[in-house]
Amino acid sequence: MTELLIASIMTMMTAATPLVFAATGELVCEKSGVLNLGVEGMMLTGAVFGFAAVTLTGEPLLGLAAGMMMGLFASLIFGVLTLSLLSNQVATGLALTIFGTGLSALVGLDYVGKTIEQIRAIHLPVLTDLPVVGRLLFGHDPLVYVSIVLLGLTHWFLKHTRWGMILRAVGDSDQSAHAIGYPVIAIRYAAVAFGGAMAGLGGAYLSLVYTPLWAENMTAGRGWIAVALVVFASWRPSRVLLGAVLFGGITILQLNTQAAGLGVPASFMSMLPYIATIVVLVLISRDSIRIRLNAPACLGRPFRAER
Amino acid sequence: MNEKPLLQLTGISKAFPGCIANDDIDLEIAPGEIHALLGENGAGKSTLVKIIYGVLRPDQGRLCWRGEEVAIDNPASARSLGIGMVFQHFSLFESMTTLENVALALPPQDLDQLRERLETTAHDYGLTLHPDRHAYDLSMGERQRIEIVRCLLQNPSLLILDEPTSVLTPQETDTLFTTLRTLAAEGRSILYISHKLEEVRSLCDRATILRGGKRIDDCNPAQETAQSLAEKMIGRRVESAKGHTAPAAYEVRLKVTDLSVRSDQPHGTDIRDVSFSVHAGEILGIAGIAGNGQTELMNALSGETGPPQAGAIEILASDASQMGPMARRQLGAVFVPEERVGQAAVSDLSLVQNSFLTSAFRMGFVNHGLINWPGVGQYAKEILDEFDVKATGVDALVSSLSGGNLQKFIVGREILQSPQLLIVSQPTWGVDAGAAAAIHEQIQRLISAGAGALVISQDLDEIFALSDRIAVISQGTLSPPRPAGEVTTEQVGLLMGASRSISETASHAHA
Repeated sequence: MTELLIASIMTMMTAATPLVFAATGELVCEKSGVLNLGVEGMMLTGAVFGFAAVTLTGEPLLGLAAGMMMGLFASLIFGVLTLSLLSNQVATGLALTIFGTGLSALVGLDYVGKTIEQIRAIHLPVLTDLPVVGRLLFGHDPLVYVSIVLLGLTHWFLKHTRWGMILRAVGDSDQSAHAIGYPVIAIRYAAVAFGGAMAGLGGAYLSLVYTPLWAENMTAGRGWIAVALVVFASWRPSRVLLGAVLFGGITILQLNTQAAGLGVPASFMSMLPYIATIVVLVLISRDSIRIRLNAPACLGRPFRAER
Repeated sequence: MNEKPLLQLTGISKAFPGCIANDDIDLEIAPGEIHALLGENGAGKSTLVKIIYGVLRPDQGRLCWRGEEVAIDNPASARSLGIGMVFQHFSLFESMTTLENVALALPPQDLDQLRERLETTAHDYGLTLHPDRHAYDLSMGERQRIEIVRCLLQNPSLLILDEPTSVLTPQETDTLFTTLRTLAAEGRSILYISHKLEEVRSLCDRATILRGGKRIDDCNPAQETAQSLAEKMIGRRVESAKGHTAPAAYEVRLKVTDLSVRSDQPHGTDIRDVSFSVHAGEILGIAGIAGNGQTELMNALSGETGPPQAGAIEILASDASQMGPMARRQLGAVFVPEERVGQAAVSDLSLVQNSFLTSAFRMGFVNHGLINWPGVGQYAKEILDEFDVKATGVDALVSSLSGGNLQKFIVGREILQSPQLLIVSQPTWGVDAGAAAAIHEQIQRLISAGAGALVISQDLDEIFALSDRIAVISQGTLSPPRPAGEVTTEQVGLLMGASRSISETASHAHA
């Protein structure tokens, strides 16, 4: 029983990790005032190129790097269109998702059914061998830790550093930021690129660690959940983590109950994580003043400097 | 003057699609000089100072700083030269704290040290600030104080102030003037934009007058009269508002009884047991410093917040306390809220569409659920003509209007509905002398025709120019209204200021 519980919690963390990556990226992006709905597309792009890189080179680190680079590249397409050419962010984001889905399916044709070596969980002498807590604290794969550190760093960056403050200022009032003299567009490009790299990393995690294999459309809406997490967590990193873990937990729970054969329709069980995560986050984030404090006022609005 | 000028502009021109904002303007500012920039709305003052501050780039012309030609490409380079600016439309970040708002405009530094400097500077210049409050729940006055302190912290050689006193009490204005004179005595120059001519006359060493984008005159304001300055600015004689005939009828138009409202803002002011009435043919003026409950009172009267207890608000003898804004309008009341954009008008809609928003039912523009657009268009046209709103036409977007023109439009939209009761907050905030006089005259005319009006304003000159009776709001309570002839500016100023010293003592006690 304990063994089953530990195993469940371990898988729950791996299910949460890609969401933490993608949502952290999207959070930074939205905090700068840019709504990028292309997360799903960027995750798929990252997943397929990451998988391809590992298949070709056998180097897991190269795979992760390739996933990040291609996610970043996809986000720059979005950046050029929305920031430089002032196209509509919602429509462009949707287009990016469709583009990413198609591109990944095309590139991935040769890789369907191939297997690679999974990135292994860490094993620290003594520590990991401790009963129960050993594996729970010190037995995950390295990226689980990276994702949590990344989220903490993002919180620290936004809250306590000058550039974090400037990034929030750009999202709060692009006109004021411009009037004071900050390079609004450049800052937004950086935020969009970070968002893309993190979505790519999240995608690569799915294909390299979580499954590990490539299947068409393997993100199965996780990109959308990442976008929803950010909004319903009212742009707070701690709540993003909470939402991601919740999603991961229910995903694993419903897989286990499905396996146990409880007689509940499988499709209902599959949608449970999506519904539960959003309901919980909406309920805990109802405070309108908090939302006003955290929501970037310029979200989704194109900015053109008057000259 | 044999001193080298600190800043010299030669032949500055700037055109926007459809208008020439600046046409061949020369301007010279000497070190230690307080220089006024006078002009009506749309005269090109804002454009000119934006060019000086590097927000806009001139099409033509030269800028010389301490005798050397410079290109000011962005605000950062303006600041590094030593130019500081307090904007009229505040450039604050709503979801950020006072401290963060100040930090963003300064070179990188330790926030704790900055907090100390901020508090010292604010204290030295008599400006009350709370470093950890978020900008979105600060009043206009407090926001402006952030802007001023933020500039002073940059230790500028040239400080540009765009209508800085419109939200201050006479006492606060005196303090500010003392500060500005100290700064000038230290050798700093000040470019001072104001529509209050008396202020310019008492404070400024020189004045440059702009009209229609051109430089009209340079003069020593102390040697001019307010009348002569206004004529240069407007290009014709200004009639001061005539006043309305004394109230004859005493029919009650608005009766407020023991109104108490809890503020919906975290740092807002609760309204406590406010009672007053407004009669037909009179104007009741409510003076007070920003943030003493004006917003809450206005929103409760217009029906945006609430509802209060039954019977608290009676409009034309009907209990309106449980009604929404539209129903109150149907009773015969109209409202001009303080926030022009977002509350009074929708910036991405045209003037016609905005005209429709509050007049739809009062003016009968809806038939069987369909909108009579030609009728609304005519109505909008009438507003533009009657109130001299400068816009490219009735289809212009609200966002394309300058602040003063938008204010004229909003006041006009309400007054032309011939209401029985006008409730207006800050009727001439950011509006120049000529336009303010026009708005005042229209209000007076409405009152002479038998309406009643409640005017909430932080501008004491305005309160005294308009009101038959005057009350002061402080800390959410209202002093008993008294006939305007029986109170002096000083008495009202003290009533406004008294509350602040109490609140400051209270906040010190908390700390």
